[in-house]
Amino acid sequence: MNVIIVGCGRVGAELARILDIDGHEVTVIDQESDAFNRLAEGLSVKTMVGDGTDMETLVRAGIKEANAFAAVTNGDNRNIMAAQIAQRMFNVPNVVCRIYDPLRQQTYKALGVRSISPTIVGAKLLRNDLLGADGRVVSPDRAIAAGDAVPVRNPQQGAAQQPN
Amino acid sequence: MYILIGGGGQVGYYLARELLKQDHEVLLLDKDQRRVSQLALELGASVAKGDACEARTLEAVGCERADMVIAVTGDDEDNLVICQVAKERFGRDKTVARVNNPANEKLFQTLGIYITVSPTTNILHLIEAQIPHHKLVPLLALSRVGLGLVEVTIAPNSPASGKRVRDLELPQTVKIALIVRGDKKITPEGDTVIQGEDTIFALTIEDGEQALENSILVSESEGVAE
Repeated sequence: MNVIIVGCGRVGAELARILDIDGHEVTVIDQESDAFNRLAEGLSVKTMVGDGTDMETLVRAGIKEANAFAAVTNGDNRNIMAAQIAQRMFNVPNVVCRIYDPLRQQTYKALGVRSISPTIVGAKLLRNDLLGADGRVVSPDRAIAAGDAVPVRNPQQGAAQQPN
Repeated sequence: MYILIGGGGQVGYYLARELLKQDHEVLLLDKDQRRVSQLALELGASVAKGDACEARTLEAVGCERADMVIAVTGDDEDNLVICQVAKERFGRDKTVARVNNPANEKLFQTLGIYITVSPTTNILHLIEAQIPHHKLVPLLALSRVGLGLVEVTIAPNSPASGKRVRDLELPQTVKIALIVRGDKKITPEGDTVIQGEDTIFALTIEDGEQALENSILVSESEGVAE
């Protein structure tokens, strides 16, 4: 597969490494040439200094021949814009981007933009690590059922029962 | 009208000030507290600190009742997201985005931004209009309805020069809205005769721009001075 990655931060560099190991043709774009220092040695990844939301840059990076595109800069909006350029202007079949803000992720899901939110994924993984995959063990209902907690009357519920 | 503006730079500031003068309800949002404090000295309660890209911010400032959402930050990606969030989450159709990189104008239009304004493109067009090539100059595009407003100056040797508007036999897709002749502004009728050096403003849809070009521009073979 021919893959373009926009953003050579930790995630971009790691994504490039594992795609390269899997034998894919990878091109990484970043505005800072220093960013490419993060790439592991001995990879056959192509690098390009430039703006991943600039269509001319993307054409030079070979977006017209790309089968897949990942936007993983540290800016949600840059990723969103790059992904939409790949999807809508160049019809790249497989496009994904990183969006930290869960609300923004929802909005763009509705607009057909595929994304990963490290905020959501990270929080779930952390919870699983703290409590085990079944994090619900300590949910109030379960705790009450197990006799570990006593229910407290919700004052708002009491008020809601008053006729208006 | 209630107008929400994202981005408190020079454009956002002057825009807010002018719209307030016209008695609109305006709220200007900027992320930077220092800039907001500075703007508040002039604009008072019409400026607030907040990231207009965030749905939560837009909700807090009543985006759902905004008649227009205008994004004029210096970053195209932010302007795009402000408009898309306003449209998708709050059903705001009238979104206006400043486009800094002219190459992004088509993208923004494809993605349903109602009006795109590119200062770079506008300045380029104005310069082009000063050079006597007598080309069509696009002034405004309302992408949602595909309507364009164009300006063209009639060359003395234009095939339209000396013709009545009616005789141009323009299709329904183009409507000449105004003719400016020196200081005079003429509302064109079928009988109005077009003269060389007239400036024409026309509304176009679909192939209208092409049709207007065909009937007004001097064809290459007739030789225009380079």
